[in-house]
Amino acid sequence: MENKTIDQEVKLKPKDFASDQDVRWCPGCGDYSILSQAQKVMPEIGVPKEKIVWVSGIGCSSRFPYYMSTYGFHGIHGRAPAIATGLKLSNPELSVWVATGDGDLMSIGGNHFIHTCRKNIDLNILMFNNEIYGLTKGQYSPTSERGKVTKTTPYGSIDTPFNPISLALGSKATFIARSIDRNPKHLKEVLTKANAHKGTSFIEIYQNCIIFNDGAFDDLSNKETKEDNVLEMKHGEPLVFGKDNNKGIKLDGFTPKVVDLTTGEYSLDDLWVHDEFDESQNRAYILSQFHDNPNLPVPIGVFRQVNSPTLNEELEKQIKFQIEKKGKGNLESLLFSGNTWEVE
Amino acid sequence: MEKELKSLSEVTIRFAGDSGDGMQLTGSQFSDTTAFVGNDLSTLPDYPSEIRAPAGTLYGVSGFQLKFSSDSVNTPGDMPYVLIAMNPAALKTNVKDLKSNGIIIINEDAFDKKNLKLANYETNPLEDDSLKGFKVIPVPISTLTANALKDTNLTPKEVARCKNFFALGLTYWLFNRPVEPTINWLHKKFSKMPEIAEANELVLKAGSNFGEVTQLITVRYNVESAKLEKGIYKNVSGNEATSIGMVAAAHKAGIPLFLGSYPITPATEILQNLSKYKNFNVKTYQAEDEIAGITSAIGASFGGNLSYTTTSGPGLALKTEALGLAVITELPLVVINVQRGGPSTGLPTKTEQSDLLQAVYGRNGEAPIPVLAASTPKDCFYMVYEATRIALKYMTPVILLTDAYIANGSEPWKLPHADELPDIDVKFQTETENFYPYSRNEFNARPWAVPGTPGLEHRIGGLEKSHIYGNVAHDPDNHDFMVKLRAKKVADIANDIPELEIEGDIDADLIVLGWGGTKGTITESVRRARKNGYKVAQAHLKYLNPLPKNTEEVLKKYKKVLIPEINLGQLARIIKSEFLVDVEQYNKVRGLPFKAVEIQTKIAEMLGGNNGE
Repeated sequence: MENKTIDQEVKLKPKDFASDQDVRWCPGCGDYSILSQAQKVMPEIGVPKEKIVWVSGIGCSSRFPYYMSTYGFHGIHGRAPAIATGLKLSNPELSVWVATGDGDLMSIGGNHFIHTCRKNIDLNILMFNNEIYGLTKGQYSPTSERGKVTKTTPYGSIDTPFNPISLALGSKATFIARSIDRNPKHLKEVLTKANAHKGTSFIEIYQNCIIFNDGAFDDLSNKETKEDNVLEMKHGEPLVFGKDNNKGIKLDGFTPKVVDLTTGEYSLDDLWVHDEFDESQNRAYILSQFHDNPNLPVPIGVFRQVNSPTLNEELEKQIKFQIEKKGKGNLESLLFSGNTWEVE
Repeated sequence: MEKELKSLSEVTIRFAGDSGDGMQLTGSQFSDTTAFVGNDLSTLPDYPSEIRAPAGTLYGVSGFQLKFSSDSVNTPGDMPYVLIAMNPAALKTNVKDLKSNGIIIINEDAFDKKNLKLANYETNPLEDDSLKGFKVIPVPISTLTANALKDTNLTPKEVARCKNFFALGLTYWLFNRPVEPTINWLHKKFSKMPEIAEANELVLKAGSNFGEVTQLITVRYNVESAKLEKGIYKNVSGNEATSIGMVAAAHKAGIPLFLGSYPITPATEILQNLSKYKNFNVKTYQAEDEIAGITSAIGASFGGNLSYTTTSGPGLALKTEALGLAVITELPLVVINVQRGGPSTGLPTKTEQSDLLQAVYGRNGEAPIPVLAASTPKDCFYMVYEATRIALKYMTPVILLTDAYIANGSEPWKLPHADELPDIDVKFQTETENFYPYSRNEFNARPWAVPGTPGLEHRIGGLEKSHIYGNVAHDPDNHDFMVKLRAKKVADIANDIPELEIEGDIDADLIVLGWGGTKGTITESVRRARKNGYKVAQAHLKYLNPLPKNTEEVLKKYKKVLIPEINLGQLARIIKSEFLVDVEQYNKVRGLPFKAVEIQTKIAEMLGGNNGE
């Protein structure tokens, strides 16, 4: 019976996951690409459509659930992880996805984000990072770089931005990855991996805001520059990048160094081999910091994924154990428990 | 020595000591035993917000008052007749409330130079005339406790911690109550530390024996059992009653209970209680903050669980935005606000009724929410049950207001049987044909279609939705329609709640209208006023939004309306604006319940000269 359901679901096409609502993002917005990859992944995850729920907060990214034909909940600013948590705990069989942005998740929702990560609720959190507030029309965000001129920073931002990957690591997220809207193939792979992971999966997706922060990730997506600026991490393989993979990353103690593979001084054997299942967070943390170092390429792919008990499973276990131990709760005995006396 | 046994119809006693002296435990043990022997009672725990304030200080004093009687009891008593003072600070802060000629049992060991100084006593009150109007019984409680435990291996600190049970034992003896219920409790509670249980038992008995042999006390008192209705009873606090009520409602509704909450005084106990009831398929989630408490509950409600969030005033303020989300998504949710003194952090451990306007009006936009209020500790059970029924039937968030006074206070509760409780119907949508997320039934409730149900995939959220279809809609006429529809849905609940009842003298000139936790005090003051010859009517609101249908009719029958509230007149404001009736307010905001005498005096003042003594 169950197999049959899955067979039916496999037959669904990406377009079966599009709702009947007109998509109202700006033409050319990076969100379109993310929506399209999500709709491609949905038929492949082996979950019947009615068990998939998209939850969001507030912002451009958070209109996402309205464009999916699954169940959806468009929440309030910053609270999507908390709403999704309650939903997952209420029915652990659901596959719960969160669509959020850098303002929604890193600023007003920062507290929910870090606690969701540490509690390891089984959710997939897609953070569309465009490094700007789009829906309020162009103010700097917690991921905008220092010096950025926006409507609220006319003389340049004086804030230090968050590094979302480092933050997720510090919050003990068990699956941490990054992808780019303009690399649909990679994005789809990452989404598929995130879904397969049990626990909180955090995916930072660089997303171009064509109106208020156009070109923020051009270096990472333009044909001429992307090879030198993007490092695609692959598990079990040395970290290489550049045209024809002519460069690599070597780890000197705690310091990552770019080495030239064409001079003969270094070979693939000298390079850092990526282990996304590394129990220790240390190497993933070093990788997360590449973003903040202009001399290093920006890594995409899975930084780290580890198995750890999820809160939703642990809660179910506790309930099951207590029912086995005490028997299914009896209301009459609960009412009449404690120090009672009889008046005759 | 032969002692005289005097009969009393009612007694009010107060235990007072350092916040580390175990006065709350002593008081609740005395209450349980007193309930057990069949008296009616009402309790008032009164403690500081510091957990262990520096010993001996005035601000570290913790008190527990209860009144018990052979008749029915409405309040924990205005003025205690007996005070148990464990140190000078406890004496100083409490003696002013004591009835003249009242009894003071004093731990004289604690009246040393240091403690007297901490309590700002210049001379020792045991040695000067300041306690002349009272029967003072000085007892070396610390010494006698140590004597009773000299053959045990307890540390001096552990010995000192037992002294409250000496006071308890002595008080049991004084009021002719058995020590056995407490001994049984001790052995259950400390089953893993038998030496502690035995030590406390020894001290408890030593206290009781001391009463028997001392020459200081010649009279003991007896309060006959009250004539309570037949049945099985237990003594219950408001927070306990609320917790059991939630479990009962979920059980009857037949769906899992989800509580998303964040610890906050004085509501925390409900989260603690429910976390023990996992075998009732109760899911408790201690969230990272108040906002995640309610939003996780909203998520769980979308997922088909019976969702609750518990909080107190400042927490309700934080939940405000999410309440609006629950209103516009029309999901069932019960928010329990155990009110405390405000504004801001205010008086965290003290009672107040000052969140009424916040509950009824405190949201952005037109966001109507049904608001209910429990009036006594046991009433919390019935009102949380009722709040749940309304939330599920009308697909709406509901706010239930209780307060620190009834949440911490206790009274005997005649236990209902599970099968006597009304059924709560839950119908999840499963039919896919003609399903629209914002279609309406005869109560204007929309369908509850939960994720996991094939064919009903739909999207809801905080943006305005089109009538019936539930798509995002900015259409002006649709918004106007939806705002009015949500208001009507809640207003129409008035057709589904009991009418306001008039008690006392129906044909009086004056009606006293109250709401929430002041019920006992108002009832007592009206009873006394009537006994003194005044004609007074009384009505008590348990539904604040919508108000009972006949509220206006009731109020307009009377020349004078008196509304006593522990706030600056929040119900008075609602009543005036709803019905354009003139009301007299009586407001005191001391963090404490009213005294019956205060309202009684106000009644006499309002009726003075034409209808009374």
